[in-house]
Amino acid sequence: MGSDVFTLVEHVGGTVDDSTHELLGKARELATATGGRSVACLLHSGARAGADGLAADVVLSVEHPALEHFLPEAYVKALAALVADHEPRVVLVANSTVGMDVAGGLSARTGNGLVAYCNAITLEGDTLVAISQVFGGKLNAEVAVEGPAICSVVSGSFAPATGGSPDIQDVTASGIDNLTTTFLARIEPEASDVDITAEDILVSVGRGIGGADNIEFAQELADALGGVVSGSRPVTDAGWLSKTRQVGKSGQKVKPKLYIACGISGAPEHLEGMSDAELIIAINSDANAPIFDVAHFGTTEDVLDVLPALTEQIEAAVA
Amino acid sequence: MQIIVPMQQTVDLVEELELNDDGTGVEREYLKFVANEWDEQALEEALLLKEAAGGSVTVVGIDETDVDGTLFSALAKGADRAVKLTGDFENGISSHQRAAILAAWLGTQEFDLVMVGVQSPEDLDGQTGVILANLLDTAHVSVAIGVEPHEGGVKVRQEFGGGTVHELALSGRAVVGVQAATAAPRYVSISRVRAAMQDSPLETLPAADVDAPTGTTVRRLYAPESSSHAEMLEGDADAVAARILEIVRERGIVKELS
Repeated sequence: MGSDVFTLVEHVGGTVDDSTHELLGKARELATATGGRSVACLLHSGARAGADGLAADVVLSVEHPALEHFLPEAYVKALAALVADHEPRVVLVANSTVGMDVAGGLSARTGNGLVAYCNAITLEGDTLVAISQVFGGKLNAEVAVEGPAICSVVSGSFAPATGGSPDIQDVTASGIDNLTTTFLARIEPEASDVDITAEDILVSVGRGIGGADNIEFAQELADALGGVVSGSRPVTDAGWLSKTRQVGKSGQKVKPKLYIACGISGAPEHLEGMSDAELIIAINSDANAPIFDVAHFGTTEDVLDVLPALTEQIEAAVA
Repeated sequence: MQIIVPMQQTVDLVEELELNDDGTGVEREYLKFVANEWDEQALEEALLLKEAAGGSVTVVGIDETDVDGTLFSALAKGADRAVKLTGDFENGISSHQRAAILAAWLGTQEFDLVMVGVQSPEDLDGQTGVILANLLDTAHVSVAIGVEPHEGGVKVRQEFGGGTVHELALSGRAVVGVQAATAAPRYVSISRVRAAMQDSPLETLPAADVDAPTGTTVRRLYAPESSSHAEMLEGDADAVAARILEIVRERGIVKELS
């Protein structure tokens, strides 16, 4: 096992994802502790997207036509080859679609210990200690890894590192011919009837609202406040709200002046999209729901009682 | 197309989670267990794919609390076959162990596609599907939001942050980690589940004895030490509403209320 700290670079169309800069911030700190190098792994088809500006000591640049777009199979095999050759102490990936598709495969192929959903990583001597958010964010797990480690990291956990003039090293891709996955198309999200990222007031509904019919209570409150209705992933997956109104990791990141969370438990994927709101008021019957850890005010009263009561009082106040 | 859907039982997150004596896991004996919600999404997408392309859906569960109910429910929804892999799993199963058990069983099966929930609330050593795919040395796609027949294989819609989607074609055996099915998981009545219990017995066989170290050690579980907690508003719904109105008014967020 070596002492280098690897980071998988996520990039699209020549732009490096913010999550990569956050990982490089932690990688620099860990590499200082291990006495190794911070090494950015850039898999690409010729663009070397943003390699020059990465805040790393070294960029391992792997070029191959199969790496033009994200193909899980190609990424896992290419990264596993780099890890086998260089034996880093730690590999950092984002807890994103790319990271989820790579981390477990890398662990299976290399035998390196994987800690998923990390939001903190430290070194205690030779032991890596990571904190993992499990059980929907209700519990943290403190996990020790004695050998080589892989950590998939929740967005926003670390301060980004910027600025750098890394030594860029070209590496021949290996093991990624004869793939059974083919890239067909990239589809951008449809234009929305409403841009929830531009709204000052969001009344946001989660599974706890109970059913599609109850969303009208949130809509009435949003109308009274001059805001719009948004929701969490289970609500859009169930078809109760359109996808364009989804807040969270796979939806929109929002920062309204007021965010009223109605029946939202506050899974890490949701908190990622709204915890920067200026004022968060949470209505949830579960007093232990993680949403109350980011909310400024909260209540465990029944959401279906509070919503109409609040709407009525606001309408009376503005009348 | 022959589709396999592994179904996992997971702690019902609505419950208050108590820790075991050494604080390294949840106390499973008294907790309620439910089917992993993402596995339910995978099952629905598998049933839709079978309806579109023909073939069969086999659900497979490891012998975890109340797994029988989950498997019978899957049969009632339209799965053709249900398999339970037995063993002593009372203390929980890591994703690496789960994947290794499934890989060993899949080695004895004919199949084209494995569709599994993209994650579970307990997979702190990574997601089962992607580990399984790499043990089987097959292709894998995570965060799938749609799977349809395509030129003898399947076309998968893979979702990224912000709602961007990639369409990928898979031409060989593969494992797909399903985030959300194309349609909401179908409802099945208790009477149909009961009928499935009578008509379609579970196939049971011992789970393979696997050596699947995670390379990690859980030192402790604990509730997040939040730097802040919401100020809880007291009183009934009307009192709470009055206080919220006051807060919103104080902050000057709604001009008409200022």
